[in-house]
Amino acid sequence: MAKAYLSIENVGVTFTKGAARSEVLTGIDLKVEKGEFVSIIGHSGCGKSTLLNVVAGLTPVTTGAVILDRQEVNAPGPDRAVVFQNHSLLPWLSVRENVSLAVDKVFGRTKSAAERRDWTLHNLDLVKMGHALDKRPSEISGGMKQRVGIARALAMEPKVLLLDEPFGALDALTRAHLQDSVMEIHAALKNTVLMITHDVDEATLLSDRIVMMTNGPRARVGQILDVALPRPRDRLAVAEHPTYVHARAAVIEFLYARRAA
Amino acid sequence: MTYPKPSFSQATPAPAPVAAAPTAPPPAKSLFLPELGRRAKAVAETVIPPLLTLLVALAIWQAVIGDSYTGLPSPKQVWTDSKDLILHPFYDNGGVDKGLAWHVFTSLKRVGVGFSISAVCGILLGVFVGSNRWAHRGLDPIFQVLRTVPPLAWLPISLAAFHQAQPSALFVIFITSIWPIIINTAVGVRNIPSDYVNVAKVLRLSPVEYFFKILLPATTPYIFTGLRIGIGMSWLAIVASEMLLGGVGIGFFIWDQYNASRIADIIVALAWVGVTGFFLDRLVALVGHFVSRGSAAS
Repeated sequence: MAKAYLSIENVGVTFTKGAARSEVLTGIDLKVEKGEFVSIIGHSGCGKSTLLNVVAGLTPVTTGAVILDRQEVNAPGPDRAVVFQNHSLLPWLSVRENVSLAVDKVFGRTKSAAERRDWTLHNLDLVKMGHALDKRPSEISGGMKQRVGIARALAMEPKVLLLDEPFGALDALTRAHLQDSVMEIHAALKNTVLMITHDVDEATLLSDRIVMMTNGPRARVGQILDVALPRPRDRLAVAEHPTYVHARAAVIEFLYARRAA
Repeated sequence: MTYPKPSFSQATPAPAPVAAAPTAPPPAKSLFLPELGRRAKAVAETVIPPLLTLLVALAIWQAVIGDSYTGLPSPKQVWTDSKDLILHPFYDNGGVDKGLAWHVFTSLKRVGVGFSISAVCGILLGVFVGSNRWAHRGLDPIFQVLRTVPPLAWLPISLAAFHQAQPSALFVIFITSIWPIIINTAVGVRNIPSDYVNVAKVLRLSPVEYFFKILLPATTPYIFTGLRIGIGMSWLAIVASEMLLGGVGIGFFIWDQYNASRIADIIVALAWVGVTGFFLDRLVALVGHFVSRGSAAS
């Protein structure tokens, strides 16, 4: 059997603070193919963000390993770009500078200054933020900030794009716009995406597969659901689709049955 | 049941009376004057209340003291006793017999040197203490104790160490103003949002890049809070230290006039000290506002 592109193998994470030990994740196994869009869903505090941080290399594993493109992950790096929940743009830099900081760092040796400038602009155009290049993060809306955050991550040309509840802090309409944008970008660039979410509709609409996690502590993968909806997906057309309705119901069933248990 | 028939005719605006048109002011004037008026109003709103407070305070002072010639002079007395000093801040009769502006200027030079040294050392030490857990554990309690030592208490120690007046004065300024700079910088470094640190990690910024691109800009508002407190402290220290050191300087001037029992002159000097301290604070706040691109409080 060929190795998966991104392989999370028997990962467990235990935090120790003084004498207190808390086992957050245990025995997580997940394989993600190249170009696949996988969502991880679960209740708050179940450790899904920890799992994403493990893949990002920001949190070390206690047991097991994460293997990306046949290399073990043991430190953060631009091949696993993260779009953070609260955008985490640097407030003292403009929109353009926030992206070019990443571009200059990642492609400083391989691209010329002009190429890097073009690449920065290209990625900002991709998320439709080409009109606000010289604005500071404080001058743009939450949705726009998140767009810039996505542009910064895309500009690193990551092997896997990690989205940590990227739309959680946005209002429903803005969220829908950004979801559409992410679907367009995914269709165009065929990125491998791992997304954390607690929104059932978001997971169902965007994902090829939905990974449902049990409640923590000692959270594990409860169930994995294939969403065999054809792409491109249109949020209006898909809402009535039997596959969508079924998948959505299955996720809700899982989340609430588990909570009751 | 009958409802009154809705009438939509009133929704359309009544046509403006034609006669009103010629009374409108010419456009060029109306563009310029309101703007100027607003500015003048804003200035008046910030300047008039403190001026009124000052007048009231002077009036109460005058009323309480009256025209007795013992103890504290009344504002009128201050004016008659120290008119020359108030009206001629730039006279220079050689030696220490100079206008108050020269005394303040000399003191400001000392503060400039002492405070610059403490700013550089304070920021560097603050970054070190803020980014190193063990340095913080070891040094922070000591800083917290030392920062409460008053400037006058440092003076005999620095005189014993340096044997000369000038470096002692500088050292007193330095040692008084460095603590808030260290402590605030360290707090700023410890409060760098973990998101920024994660961004730096994902980008694999080198320590030098991290220092200049993340740490310094993220800490700037805290640093300037420290610098503002620091410059205030150093101004307190200069007056205290010059009182004992002698020579030209606003601190020694006050001490000199005290020995000559010229209380009115001291009151005038105090006004200079206060106003200078106020402008020093504003200056650092303004620099902070520009350096941090508006995120430091001013």
